Amino acid sequence: MSRENIYKIQLIGVGGQGTIKASTIMGEAAMKKGLNVVMSEVHGMAQRGGTVVTELKIGEAYSPLIEEGAGDLLIAFEPTEALRSLPKINCHSFVIVNSSPIIPFTVSLGISEYPELSSVFGELKAKINNLLIIDAQKIAREVGSIISENMVLLGAAVATPKFPIDKDLVIQSMKANLPPKSIEINLKAFEKGFKEAKKKG
Amino acid sequence: MKVKEILTEKKGQKLFLLGNEAAVRGALEGSVSVVSTYPGTPSSEIGNVFYKIAREARVYFEFSSNEKVALEVSAAAAAAGLRSFVFMKHVGLNVAADSFMSTVYTGVRGGMIVLSADDPSMYSSQNEQDNRIMARLAGIPLLEPSNPQEVKDLMKFGFDLSEQFKIPVLMRTTTRISHMRGVVNLGTVIQGKEKGYFKKDPSQFIVAPEYVVKMRKELIKKLKQIEEQSERSPLNKIIDQGGKEIGIITSGSAFNYVMDVVSENNLKVKILKLTFSYPFPEKLVLDFINRVDNILVAEEVEPVMEKEVLAIIGKYNIKKKVYGKLDGTLPRIYEYNPDIISFGVAKIVEKELIKRKKFSTKLSLPLRSSILCPGCPHRATYFALKKAIKKLKLKEEEVIFSTDIGCYALGLEPPYKMGDYCISMGSSLGIGCGFSKATNQKVISFIGDSTFFHAGIPPLVNAVHNRDKILLVVMDNRITGMTGGQTNPGVPLDGMGNPAPEVSIEKIAQGVGAGLVKTIDPVNLKETEEVFKEALQFEGMAVVITKHPCAMITDTENRKEGISVKYSINQEECTQCLICIKNFTCPAIYIEKDGSVNINPLLCDGCGVCVQVCPKKAIEVKK
Repeated sequence: MSRENIYKIQLIGVGGQGTIKASTIMGEAAMKKGLNVVMSEVHGMAQRGGTVVTELKIGEAYSPLIEEGAGDLLIAFEPTEALRSLPKINCHSFVIVNSSPIIPFTVSLGISEYPELSSVFGELKAKINNLLIIDAQKIAREVGSIISENMVLLGAAVATPKFPIDKDLVIQSMKANLPPKSIEINLKAFEKGFKEAKKKG
Repeated sequence: MKVKEILTEKKGQKLFLLGNEAAVRGALEGSVSVVSTYPGTPSSEIGNVFYKIAREARVYFEFSSNEKVALEVSAAAAAAGLRSFVFMKHVGLNVAADSFMSTVYTGVRGGMIVLSADDPSMYSSQNEQDNRIMARLAGIPLLEPSNPQEVKDLMKFGFDLSEQFKIPVLMRTTTRISHMRGVVNLGTVIQGKEKGYFKKDPSQFIVAPEYVVKMRKELIKKLKQIEEQSERSPLNKIIDQGGKEIGIITSGSAFNYVMDVVSENNLKVKILKLTFSYPFPEKLVLDFINRVDNILVAEEVEPVMEKEVLAIIGKYNIKKKVYGKLDGTLPRIYEYNPDIISFGVAKIVEKELIKRKKFSTKLSLPLRSSILCPGCPHRATYFALKKAIKKLKLKEEEVIFSTDIGCYALGLEPPYKMGDYCISMGSSLGIGCGFSKATNQKVISFIGDSTFFHAGIPPLVNAVHNRDKILLVVMDNRITGMTGGQTNPGVPLDGMGNPAPEVSIEKIAQGVGAGLVKTIDPVNLKETEEVFKEALQFEGMAVVITKHPCAMITDTENRKEGISVKYSINQEECTQCLICIKNFTCPAIYIEKDGSVNINPLLCDGCGVCVQVCPKKAIEVKK
């Protein structure tokens, strides 16, 4: 039972951003590669505007839940959500953060605060060696649909150095999991995210 | 993967399935004929998949009006010789409990599986009850899968076991199993029988005292025989990593965490995984205990197996230490994870376990509470009701708001704060009856359409008969919303997707004799407020049905028809009074850094209710 080859990914975002879809696409691609993969997802009440977390372990793992500090890759769909995931990662983890904030209604109501973005990114930069901040929302809008934000981030994830699944397999899995109508835009979003990450590499 | 592939993919293929999806495939491979449920997280996706494929699979599927009815539908099918599958969330089994207990006594003819999806850590539930205790209370064999592959495989195993011993079988999953995805190797789907035949035998199916005294004796005999199976079953297996200092007895999700901790730290321990865990395989466990120096029991929620192990130790007068929940090695509350298991194991092994540095942040992160969706008709109902209360000069802090299980329970959040008491499905009105007798306070009860059909009718009968003076607001959004949008008896579609008669909430309320019954579209705020004013002043039982489709339905319909209406704020008219934010609180409306109020077009659902809310008429259709 080799443990070294288990690759641990956490995705975190807000209900409606498509984190579960992006995770499922990765997991299915891993399966197509012949790897074992387990994944945990959140359903139900937590999806109504709350934080949505999915976790994947690719390799010979039993439980999908990532040990504290053991994550290899974190994909945060929202800046403050990256901070919420800090306990799962370490300074060597790859971290991809979408720079567009989603301000919850509790801030408008004055019952909670949204920190300055500069301090959010400042903290991430101070802690993480491999940090990629990407404006996935802007890229998604450019390719034609804001809903493809998740595919921009998926593309960026696939471009990270130690990502264990081939790009072709991920694309194949996208085609199997996304509605045919939207596949063209989603592929564009994916490629843009991929290129952006390579560029900033 | 497309949902259909759960039915159509062939033997030998692999799918990346959710535990709940694997349950569907397992049922199909196990020749299921009749499937019933009442939706409840974390079990809901099982029903969502059956809803989409039942017709093609030639399986009968229904969303029953509640879990007890669902259990009875499956029990009857099994009595008629068909294989049946009923599933629900853990607290659903409380609703079904009366018939559940008796079905174990009567037994079945065709195989019957009852699946209970428990919710450790209560992600979307009112309690953390451990239904492995229900298995012991009822005397029903129990299966505990650890991953989607096991969920699938245990379905077929469960049907066979059920038929062999003529007894229903309970499968206990937890949120982390139901909502875990994994690679599943498929077997062959085998079409079940379409119709059965019920051969009469009152001595088996009537639970009259003269018969049940025999059934009870028979049940204990069956359990003894089934225990012999669980002793020998390959589902209960020892994983020997060498060493005999510690033996870990575990099941379900806890097994996964144990395995990850043991292999990551290369621990020399023996592990006994119990999957067929009740009747508890005493000899197998005794043998395991004899092979190790000390025992750790790792299980989620209650110390169920731990007490069984302690009983064996006591019975055979063994002097060994049992670590677990009872001595505080592992916590009694909430779900486990690898870190919790590692922390517990570290206390009892000599070896230093891997421990990593944990990052944290000092920044205060924004609170992401759940909120009613943009366009949700419940928001309009609450807004109009609040206004009516104010206009009648009722003291809001003295009004008792008893609410119920569903999205509308979110009305307890600010700014509405209309939720003071909520304990179970259908409880809003029963609780209301009690308050109306025990106090002089005004009582308003909220209930959803599906919850009304589930358990809201008996308390309405009670309220009318006992002359209670309550306002019951039935928030009919034409769907079972919180669990993801299933059909219910109030909508014109059944669980097979076929047209079905709509059961009228209004006629039920009139039929049982409620004094005032009105149906209103809450999106029309002014009219709704007037109806509420009348109902609040009514001397007797008043029922107001606020009927408007869930935003999930209207959004999907609009998308299909290419309709996209968005609203925006005319900044010249807006005085930044913030009524739309502070009093109405639609999540699409927000304050910009410069203080101006705006509507996020990505979130705006085009319901237009905010137009009626704005006193300056500053909200208009976005051009």
